[in-house]
Amino acid sequence: MKQIGRVIYEGRAEGVALVSSSPLSFYGGVNPDTGEVVERGHELKGQSVKGKVLVFPYGKGSTVGSYVLYRLAKNGAAPAAIVNLRCETIVAVGAIISEIPCVDMIDIGKIRSGMEVTVEGNTVQA
Amino acid sequence: MYLTDEEEDMLAGEEGHATQKAMQILVALGKIYDAERLVKVSSVQVSGVSYKNLGDAGLEFLSELARDGKARVKTTLNPAGMSLTDWQAQGIESGFAEKQLAVIDAYDRLGAEITCTCTPYLAGNEPAYGEHIAWGESSAVAYANSVIGARTNREGGPSALAASLTGRTPLYGLHLIENRKPTLVVDIQTLLRFPEDFSAMGYFVGRLVKDGIPYFRGITSAGLEEMKSLSAALASSGGVAMFHVEGLTPESRVDVAGTESLSFTSRDLGEAGSILNDEGSPDFVAVGCPHCSLKEVATIAELLEDQKVKHELWVCCSREVKRQSDKAGYSGIIEKSGAKFALDTCMVVAPIEELGHRVVATNSAKACHYLRNAGLKVRFMPLEECVVEATKGS
Repeated sequence: MKQIGRVIYEGRAEGVALVSSSPLSFYGGVNPDTGEVVERGHELKGQSVKGKVLVFPYGKGSTVGSYVLYRLAKNGAAPAAIVNLRCETIVAVGAIISEIPCVDMIDIGKIRSGMEVTVEGNTVQA
Repeated sequence: MYLTDEEEDMLAGEEGHATQKAMQILVALGKIYDAERLVKVSSVQVSGVSYKNLGDAGLEFLSELARDGKARVKTTLNPAGMSLTDWQAQGIESGFAEKQLAVIDAYDRLGAEITCTCTPYLAGNEPAYGEHIAWGESSAVAYANSVIGARTNREGGPSALAASLTGRTPLYGLHLIENRKPTLVVDIQTLLRFPEDFSAMGYFVGRLVKDGIPYFRGITSAGLEEMKSLSAALASSGGVAMFHVEGLTPESRVDVAGTESLSFTSRDLGEAGSILNDEGSPDFVAVGCPHCSLKEVATIAELLEDQKVKHELWVCCSREVKRQSDKAGYSGIIEKSGAKFALDTCMVVAPIEELGHRVVATNSAKACHYLRNAGLKVRFMPLEECVVEATKGS
């Protein structure tokens, strides 16, 4: 199934989907060295974003979260791509400075964890 | 979004890597928030200066930008995690200090003024009414929009820096007149006597108004200290970036008929104070969140004349205000008492929790909020009581 969204950071990436139906905070919510989600009570807690096509509605929390994405990228633990329902400042800035392909305005309810996903420009193929 | 030829060149990388990154950030934000175009800004206040918040990731990013990036407009900095000169006396570890100084060095290479204060408007970054600016630091954002009438969104560290490196910001949100109207009327039905009353009231109201724009009625007078306390409190418990005070703030001549309203009574003020107090006897006293004005420093000096502090007392202010205090003769009195000026930093962004303190007395609702998040206990009291608390010990 192919969906057309809006490019936040242009690029091509493939990976296995990791989907969260709830917003994600990178600052304090994701370990910047390993990519493991550590936020207490979060549905992805214990899973790693490393190399995944990370799918979630939008970011939340501190704007320092943008730098956490950058750190993940430097450590080779960043997601391969980010797919959002509605991207906001934290994730957009994080994706741009870390050069992680990012697309939003996608119906994320149609993507399930474990699916093989390709992101290319404004297109998400699941 | 429409870009001028010059902006297109920046985006294409013709003015270097850092400018290109900055322009990519602004274009993406413009897209997300439906901005028609970019607008030139007259000044930038950058948040994200303390190494405690930035971490190695932030430091690496700043160092990368500093290779070929340069500020195009007046750019000032938020407080750092320590005094840049007297960090040893503050008990800061050398590992932290080294990283913090590397952060400052990167900002210096980027052309920022190393002001390290949350009150840029008291340290030479003074925008005029109606000017577009791009400021981080939530309390300064609320102050600039509300009290000065300059126009800024609540920028994060990277987006403020992007504005600095390009001299522009996307035209949306509070840059547009139509988005600066009140969303909630607050009738103040009690006398707010001290800046601390404004702080407590702001903290209480911020939780109710969230990221809306409150319009206060019933406040007959408020000076700089009251306005800066209110700005900080509203922005820390809520996401407030702007407020109006009837008859006192420059954009308060608006029609509020039909706007939702609520009352703030003496009972609410009492409750606001009590939610900011934990159990325990203070072992550390810190004032100046936001950084002290000269008037506040004068009050502290008056109270400390011929006194000795028994608990550590931090007077947080900008280097500019400290210079004025030196000239006026206040600094000598304060230092003779054993109290310390905390320049370039404050109780919120310095790693206080690692300095062995447990219960902090302060006159700032914002400081209470963040110190609690860092695991400390807080006592909220007026400035005068804070100083007395430090001298009497217990």
